[in-house]
Formats: sequence, C-alpha cells, structure tokens
Amino acid sequence: MTNETAIAPTETAEEKMLRLVTGGWTFFLLIALVAVFLVLRPAQFGSAYNIQQLAINAAILLVLATGQTYVIITAGIDLSVGSVLVFASVVSAKLMLMLSGVDGTTYGTTAAGWDIIAIGIAAALVTGAVWGALNGLLIALTRIQPLIVTLGTMGMALGGAQILSGGVDVRAMPELLVTQVGSGRFLGIPMLVIIAMVTVVLAGIVLHLTRFGLHVFAVGSNEEASRRSGIPTRARLIQVYAISGLMAGIAAVMSNARFSTTTINGHAMDNLATISAVVLGGTSLFGGAGTVFGTVIGVFIPIILLNGFVILGIPPFWQTVAMGAVLILAVWIDQLKRRLRKRG
Amino acid sequence: MNQPLLEAAGISRTFGHVQALNGADFKVYPGEIVALIGDNGAGKSTLVKILSGADRPDGGLLKVEGQEVRFTSPLEAQMNGIATVYQDLALAPDLTPAENLFLGRELMKPGILGRLGFLNRKAMQAQSVKQFAMLGVQLKSQRVSIASLSGGQRQSVAIARAAMWARKLVILDEPTAALGVVQTARVLELCKRVRDAGTSVVLISHNMPQVLEVADRIQVLRLGQTVADLKSSEASVDDLVRAMTSGQAKEVVR
Repeated sequence: MTNETAIAPTETAEEKMLRLVTGGWTFFLLIALVAVFLVLRPAQFGSAYNIQQLAINAAILLVLATGQTYVIITAGIDLSVGSVLVFASVVSAKLMLMLSGVDGTTYGTTAAGWDIIAIGIAAALVTGAVWGALNGLLIALTRIQPLIVTLGTMGMALGGAQILSGGVDVRAMPELLVTQVGSGRFLGIPMLVIIAMVTVVLAGIVLHLTRFGLHVFAVGSNEEASRRSGIPTRARLIQVYAISGLMAGIAAVMSNARFSTTTINGHAMDNLATISAVVLGGTSLFGGAGTVFGTVIGVFIPIILLNGFVILGIPPFWQTVAMGAVLILAVWIDQLKRRLRKRG
Repeated sequence: MNQPLLEAAGISRTFGHVQALNGADFKVYPGEIVALIGDNGAGKSTLVKILSGADRPDGGLLKVEGQEVRFTSPLEAQMNGIATVYQDLALAPDLTPAENLFLGRELMKPGILGRLGFLNRKAMQAQSVKQFAMLGVQLKSQRVSIASLSGGQRQSVAIARAAMWARKLVILDEPTAALGVVQTARVLELCKRVRDAGTSVVLISHNMPQVLEVADRIQVLRLGQTVADLKSSEASVDDLVRAMTSGQAKEVVR
C-alpha cells in the first residue's frame, strides 16, 4: 500500500464499451429503424407531415412514461397511470362543462374562456397528483407491494371515472382548448409536442441534476441505506408517485385537448405501454438505474415501428409481435449487465 | 492518557430473561484503535448497538468527551461524531463512490441554483478523490457504480464514508469477515490510516491474530462484562483466549 496515486475520474475503454453495448443499444436500434424506413420509403416516411404525426402520437405517452421512469427507478411500478389519466380527464371535462353552464350531454365544443380552461387544467393536475400521492402513501406506509397498490387504484380510478360520468364519455370540450392546445401550433410546432418536450426536459433535469433526483436513485438502489443516511425515504416515495400522478394529470389535459372528448375506454394499455418504454430505455426494473433520455427512445421505438410497417404495407399486427420480442430482449440485457457488473 | 473520547460505564441491557450486558465498561481514547472481542453471546453486538445509538441501555452511563449523552438514534450518535459501519455496509450499489460518500449530505451548487436543489457533482467528485487518496483507497474508476467493485473496495468506501463524517470515532462491525487475505490486509491498513488522520477506531472482530496486529488496545467481553483491557503489544493470542473463556487475563492495564 505504498502506491498512493489518486484515481483518475474517467472510465476505462473497457467500461465505455460495456456501457455502449449494453446501455446504448436501443438508441442504435431506433436510429437503425429510422434509417431503414427512410431508405425504403424516403418520401412518405421522411415527410414533414409524417414526422409531425409521429411526434403527436408520442406526446401523451412520453409524459406518462416520464413519470413511470421515476417510479421504476425507485424499484416500484405504477399500473394506475392510464386510469388516473381517465379519472383526471373526466373531472376536468365535467368541471369545465359545469362552469360554462352547459348541459352535460352537449356534443362538440363549448365557448368557455381561458379562465374556465385554466380551472379545468388545474383540476386535472391536482386530481392526478392526489391519486399519485395516495399510491405513494399506501406504498410508503403500509409496505404493500407497489404492484398491488397501483393495481387497486387502477381499478378504483377507472371505476370512479365511470361513476362520475355514468359510463359515457364527456363529449364537449372548450373550443379554445381544442383549437389552441389540441391542434394548435407555436412556431410551427404542434402545442402537444411542445408540452411533452417541456415536461420531459424538466423531468430529466430534476432527475439527473438535483438532490431530489439523486435521492430517487438512492431509494431505488438501497432503501435501508438511504434511510440510515438521513434521506426521508417515505417522503421521497410519496413524492415520486405523486409526480407520476401529476404526469397522468398533464396527459389528461393533452388527451382532452387532442380528442375533444374524454376517452374512458382508451387507456387500458397505457400502463403496459409506458412500462415497456421505460424498460426499453434501459431503466432497470430492480431500481437504482435509468435515464429519462432512454425512456424517450423507448417511447419512439414502437411508434416508429408501427408507422414504418403501415407505410411499407406490412400488417401492423406484426408491430405488436416485434415489440414483445424487443421488450424481452431489453430485460434480458439488463440482467446480463447486472451479472457482468457483479463479476467486476 | 487524557480524557476518554467515548466512555461507557456499567452498561446493562436485558432482553426478556436474557442479560446481554451486565455492567460492561468500555473506553476509547483519541487517536487509537481499540478492538472489542468476545465469544459468541458475550454481548459485543449489543454493546456496539448502544455505542452507536441503535439501542438504549437499561442502566449505566455513556459519556462523549466527559459529557454525559443519551443517544436515541444513530443520527444522534453521528451528530456527536460517531459513525458505525455495519456488516451490510449500507451503501447504494447503483451509485458511484462519490455519490455514496456524500449520500444524505450532498454538496449543492452555490447561489440560486443550489437553493433550487442542483447538485455540485464536481465538488463532490474532487473531495471524494481527495478522501480516497488520503486513506489510500484505490478504485479503478470513480465513475462506475459500487456494485462493480470488489468486496474489499466496497468495504473501503463504507469506511471512508464513515471516516469522512465521523470526525471522532468510527465503529467497524466485523469489517473483514467476508474478505480474502489481500483485501483484509488493505482494510486493516485503512483502519490505521483513519487513526493516523485523527479519528479513533473501534474494531469488532473474531480474528485474534488480526486484532493483535492492528489494534493498540484490546477489551474483552465475557458474559456481558468487561473482563480484560490489554495493550496489544503486551498480549498474546493465548492471553486473549484465556480472557474470553475464563475471564482471567494475565495482566490488567489501567
């Protein structure tokens, strides 16, 4: 022990290789997919219209999957995101209808102003965050597994939305919300895409650059060690699930604006879609590791695959098959990575 | 020597019908490595838990630098400059060595960014490189997660972390139990470096040759009582075994 050389804070070439091969492969898969479709059908796939449609299709899922990323990094899971979205969208839509004094069965659009829309948006965000905080409270205090807690609230939120709406979608939205947010643009970029981008970038900054973000990783990596280090682990868990709920609230507003109706039966698969996007993006189901950037890639892979198959005339059902295989591959690689690391 | 850094006098602790500690005494002076040994069931773990604030005694006194203290939690002991490294290490395996060193005490960016919660990773990185260099801990990289380090390196990170925050005393519970020969030597060397840097070390161990090699003083527990307090330079393995099994050591210092 006479050698006291300080350690250089850099990666060795070997580590870099390992990280690229195991961590960055989905990024290369995405680039490869885009390249293949661009070469085969440059005019259709690369058209400005198609690219915009891709981004709009991804927008709502991106917001949901970002919240799911936080949750999975704490070694948890949130099955309730789709149902919370539905619940928040019904509450928001009903409230806006009520405030504009229009009958609940109205079709089409209402003339509600920005004041009413702002209240509707706030209602959606608060409702989402409250459902999320309830998930977090139950998980942090009762120690019931997140899978069970969020399975329970998934049913409760969806049932609650059906009770509130009588099982019928609320089909009237403020015209301003639909035209300005749903199909509106800013500097030529669809509003929905801007909302998604801002949300994702903010969430990425908080997760990767702040103390709160580091605590999210720490809690997922070793909760007991985090607690002994003085991190309020229960509060962090509650906050993380509240963030996931808040994201569902934001997605609810986006969904209402885009479709001009609530979509009670349209979000049953959102939880699985977001979980597979997060896992594809390299976030570990064991917790403690993951990135928001990876999740963005994970959201785009199935969307681009489906789009490409449709353009190429391949039956789109193949996309579902391909995605299932890619998902299994992603989890397998995560486990290989952990085994390799252990050997170190 | 001068006043003890940490002094426990007449500590007793009962669990139901079991008297785990029955008037045990323990002293640590500044700048020394003290080993605490004893057979299974002698009360080592109970005493360590009381010293580190994880458990409360039924009777007896605990003093830090002459002042009587009552620890109600490990955090309180830490605020008094005492940190414990348990066998499970309590590290976050997915985080880097620097992140683990500063876990729960992160350095923030100066100014408004810091108040918004932004981390100062550069400063944490630089300080941890300094801390590891000072203690002679060699890691192949600072950027990889703890999980990819060897058992000895992880142990070293845990000890470096404790030494960084416990200015007065680091308690190590069987730090070499799961390590190989080379790694054990490194961890013991690290103990000496921590002591040389001014922090006292309490070493709980089963390994008597190891204890004789690294500790300055050895205290032996038997059936919940302190039966011997030996200078390691004047003790042999035979003395320790005799004290542990019969309660009779050949000489008692202090």
